[in-house]
Amino acid sequence: MTDDLSRLKAETEAALAAATDLRAWDAVRVGVLGKNGRLTGLLKELGKLAPDERRERGAALNLLRDALNGAVEARKQALEAAEMEARLGRERMDVTLPPRPRPTGLIHPISRTMEEMAAIFGAMGFGIAEGPDVEDDWRNFGALNIPAHHPARQDMDTFYLPGTDDEGRQRVLRTHTSPVQVRTMLNQPPPIRVIVPGRTYRADHDATHSPMFHQVEGLVIDRDITLGHLKGCLIDFLRAFFGITNLPVRFRSSYFPFTEPSMEVDIGWNRKTGELGGGGDWLEILGSGMVHPKVLANCGIDPREWQGFAFGMGIERVTMLKHGMPDLRPFYESDIRWLRHYGFNPLAPVMLHEGV
Amino acid sequence: MKFTLSWLKTHLQTEASLATITDALTGIGLELEGVEDRAAALAPFRIAHVIEAVQHPNADRLRACKVDTGEGIVSVVCGAPNARTGMKAVFAPPGAFIPGTGITLKVGEIRGVQSAGMLLSAREMGLGNDHDGIIELPEDAPVGLSYAAWAGIDDPVIDISVTPNRGDALSIRGVARDLAAAGIGTLVPFAPAKVPASFPSAVQWKIEMPKACPWVLGRTVRGIKNGPSPQWLQDRLIAIGLRPINALVDVTNFFTFDLGRPLHVFDADKVQGGMLTFRPGASESFRALNGKDYTATQNDCVIADAAGVQSLAGVIGGEATGCDENTTSVFIECALFNPVRVAVTGRHHQIISDARQRFERGIDPALLPDAIEAATRMIQHLCGGEASEIAEAGAEPHWRRTARLRFRRLAELGGLDVPADEAVTLLERLGFAVAARDADSVTVHVPSWRNDVAGATPLEPSPSLPADRVATVSAGRDAIEPECDLIEEVLRLKGLDTVPPVSLPRAGAVPAASLTAKQARTALTKRTLAAQGLDECVTFSFTSELNGAAWFGQEGKDRGWYEGTRPEMALANPIAAQLDYMRQSPLVTLTQAVAANAARGWPDLALFEIGPAFSIEGQRLVAAGVRSGVTVGNWAEPARDVDVMDVKADMWAALEALGVPLDALIVTADAPSFYHPGRSGTVRQGPKIILGSFGQLHPTTVNGMGLPTPICGFEILLDAIQEPKKRKKQAPDLPAFQPVRRDFAFLADNSVLAEAVLRAVRGAERTLISSVSLFDVYEGDKVAEGKKSVAIEVVFQPRERTLTDAEIEAACQKVVAAVAKATGAVLRG
Repeated sequence: MTDDLSRLKAETEAALAAATDLRAWDAVRVGVLGKNGRLTGLLKELGKLAPDERRERGAALNLLRDALNGAVEARKQALEAAEMEARLGRERMDVTLPPRPRPTGLIHPISRTMEEMAAIFGAMGFGIAEGPDVEDDWRNFGALNIPAHHPARQDMDTFYLPGTDDEGRQRVLRTHTSPVQVRTMLNQPPPIRVIVPGRTYRADHDATHSPMFHQVEGLVIDRDITLGHLKGCLIDFLRAFFGITNLPVRFRSSYFPFTEPSMEVDIGWNRKTGELGGGGDWLEILGSGMVHPKVLANCGIDPREWQGFAFGMGIERVTMLKHGMPDLRPFYESDIRWLRHYGFNPLAPVMLHEGV
Repeated sequence: MKFTLSWLKTHLQTEASLATITDALTGIGLELEGVEDRAAALAPFRIAHVIEAVQHPNADRLRACKVDTGEGIVSVVCGAPNARTGMKAVFAPPGAFIPGTGITLKVGEIRGVQSAGMLLSAREMGLGNDHDGIIELPEDAPVGLSYAAWAGIDDPVIDISVTPNRGDALSIRGVARDLAAAGIGTLVPFAPAKVPASFPSAVQWKIEMPKACPWVLGRTVRGIKNGPSPQWLQDRLIAIGLRPINALVDVTNFFTFDLGRPLHVFDADKVQGGMLTFRPGASESFRALNGKDYTATQNDCVIADAAGVQSLAGVIGGEATGCDENTTSVFIECALFNPVRVAVTGRHHQIISDARQRFERGIDPALLPDAIEAATRMIQHLCGGEASEIAEAGAEPHWRRTARLRFRRLAELGGLDVPADEAVTLLERLGFAVAARDADSVTVHVPSWRNDVAGATPLEPSPSLPADRVATVSAGRDAIEPECDLIEEVLRLKGLDTVPPVSLPRAGAVPAASLTAKQARTALTKRTLAAQGLDECVTFSFTSELNGAAWFGQEGKDRGWYEGTRPEMALANPIAAQLDYMRQSPLVTLTQAVAANAARGWPDLALFEIGPAFSIEGQRLVAAGVRSGVTVGNWAEPARDVDVMDVKADMWAALEALGVPLDALIVTADAPSFYHPGRSGTVRQGPKIILGSFGQLHPTTVNGMGLPTPICGFEILLDAIQEPKKRKKQAPDLPAFQPVRRDFAFLADNSVLAEAVLRAVRGAERTLISSVSLFDVYEGDKVAEGKKSVAIEVVFQPRERTLTDAEIEAACQKVVAAVAKATGAVLRG
């Protein structure tokens, strides 16, 4: 390499090293490799040389060009890397900051339990029936074999509304969701398989009674439904609902005006710990029975052809048991702290295949 | 109902343990409420002999006693003034728990004298209030024996709950009969012999109200001596919670429980005119045995003598003719009353009595002759005297009936195969007598005490049923109900646990949806609103009428779709003034929830509820939500007041989830008057369908409720939402050409509504414009007063080919022209 080429190489390398940003780097690149750059000028002068000289000088210049191209490119990469480094440093932020809140609300436990019931009974072929909260005394009592002066009617602590309805009957707030069973039997021919969740009302207010609460009732009418089916259906439900496959379930003779035979249903629990399943104690949880022939007849169904069973339970009660909630009153108080403690994620609705 | 084990055993011969008996009671439908085992609490207390009782050397009021406990002689310091040498007393050893004081005894030293036990008063044993001194027992009381066993008070008290259909089980005999039928022992026969009668009764009956009282027996017993009843009778009554009065009254209470047969006793000498008449009340006052005065109405059946009302029949007797220690001649009433009449009278006068409880459930109509003989015998036994002939009015009513059981129905309805012979035996043990039997069925006579079996109470069929249908189902009921009654009896005694459970047969391999389309949409609305950040609440369906009036009551104001407060929607029997009116919207009770949370220190809330709204027209399902206070602030965006657009966004999210086409909605400024008139809107789908409303609440609505401000709410009338049409989706519109976006800033009068501008833009070029969005509204220094700038982005979507500049320009001109025409707004320079 001739002196002038060696000098150009050394000077270029020094200039590149001195370039600390891409602008200075580009000036060096253009000054050497650009259209009017020094190396470009030397290459242009090649043509003026004799062929032998030219061959030799050309080879040297090509070598120099490759070397300088390499040096320029390497410097560019180094500068870019440094710039990226600097930028990343500038952009550093405190990632321990709390994220921007996206508040989501929660589903009330009563809604959740109703959904779970719809899912489990739905899997057993039940539909969901609904009806009005303001009823008349025939649908709430008379049709259900609770005549006017029956002691059971007095036991219900009924709320009354003044006046009569279109059919001339006393208006009441339904004391149970059974009036919807009456409506269903009058509106749809058997076979029937429905559950009826909803608001119910009784004039009673203390630590364990609320003037408004929720019930779910069930009604199955078909030709060959027996008390064995009643037991099977309720055992299947209770074990699925509480998630205890061997939950002890006991049936005891009892009395309701609208069923015969009637029975109370108990589940096994431990009275001391409140734990469900074992413990040797019994906890009353729902009432049930074979639909009374009078109720069928009052609703236009011939008890010689059709029979079935009905049941009813308190939604708050089973919700409290399932989730270990100690007190009834907060269900209706909308205390935001309680709602957030016991509420359910709306994006995780009840789906049997995900588990209830 | 309470009874003691020994009382039960006067009717039931059994060796069964207490636990066997109580388990059986629960199993056969006489649910055990509790067992009070008094023997357990009294077990440590034994009869002792006080060998010596001398003055305590160091204390004036104490005595130092030497006591023979039967297991040795101990020293006891006693404070009772009646402790004396030679007496028999009740002794508690160290380690015994004293119920009356709540203390467990220890050996101690009292002022230098050792005391290794205690001599007890009745109160200390938890047996009453007598604390005059320690109990003194007769000389012959055996030392060392359990006091409770000796005194006959070691008897467990069993408490059962009797269902309203089982009037017969409100008697100890009835319970014994059920237990015997269930295989727990044998029922002791009951057949009282007739008491010889020696004279006509001094008092006679007259029935002027035969529907209320079909049959009555009575008898005078004269020459009696009334006084305290004997200890065994007092003990039984006290054990079940009754207060002994005197022998005559205690006899009536005894039979109320023993046979379920309430009786009443008149002092025959106090009855005026020798005649007691059953008749309607005539607004007459009388003083009852509970010391209270009652005025009998014409709905009440009273028993009156010449002086007036002496008793509310079947409910409570009168003081004037009551029996006391001076009574020498008693007239026994043993009557049959109409259950409904007794229930009405008892409820009207708010009297709860053991007699009423039994009469209103129905008592054994055939038991009267036996009962009056048994009662006479017992009175004579306790009080002496001679009995008159029986005075009678009315007659035994018809009660005999039969019921038929087809044996196969035990399995077909009851789900349990019971052999025919076993079924018949069980029924016979309950008192049913076989009238006829063949291979398939049995027909039985129903016993007189079982008014719940084959009772044939009237149907109350739906008035909507045609007459021939009623006739058919009524015949069906007549055929089936008595059989169900018998099946219930057999299953109850067999035990329902013996019925094998069977899962319901499936209609198909995969169940159909259990929710209706509307129910599913409601569930989706809940999830959607919760996902917007609102917490679901369940609030009461009632509010106060005052509150209702504050929201909906202003006369002359536009109430939207709400009516004013109506008396028809107020509860006739509210339990509290703040819960006396059916809410017209869940928004009302939700804001009450906001106020309650704010009072607890949580004013910034987002709540919703889906529930009923009530009106005279009926019931609507409403999704209501509220937001109050400020939003949740953070380091990037500070908290700000919630506003109308927050709740509008909630509402829009729900409507979108419900499948409502949002572009077609119209918001009009006529929301109900409880909203701020300038910050609220009614949402309509077309001119007729109202979907709901939203807005900031009116300051006067908010005032006085203690509500945080601002507070905004919305209501969606879910019943008005149409079910989205189930169509298959068309193929998607995916044009091959890039959309062109253009921004416009219009200068409009600030009265111009955003909706009007947007609608004008959409309508300007329907095929080309694919979307319009508003991204800025400005009022201030940079625009003239009374004007605002509305900035809009329009997306043009070419379909055939790329748009030329000229075409884009032409489309933009159309947009400007349409907006100008509709609103007078011009493009901002």
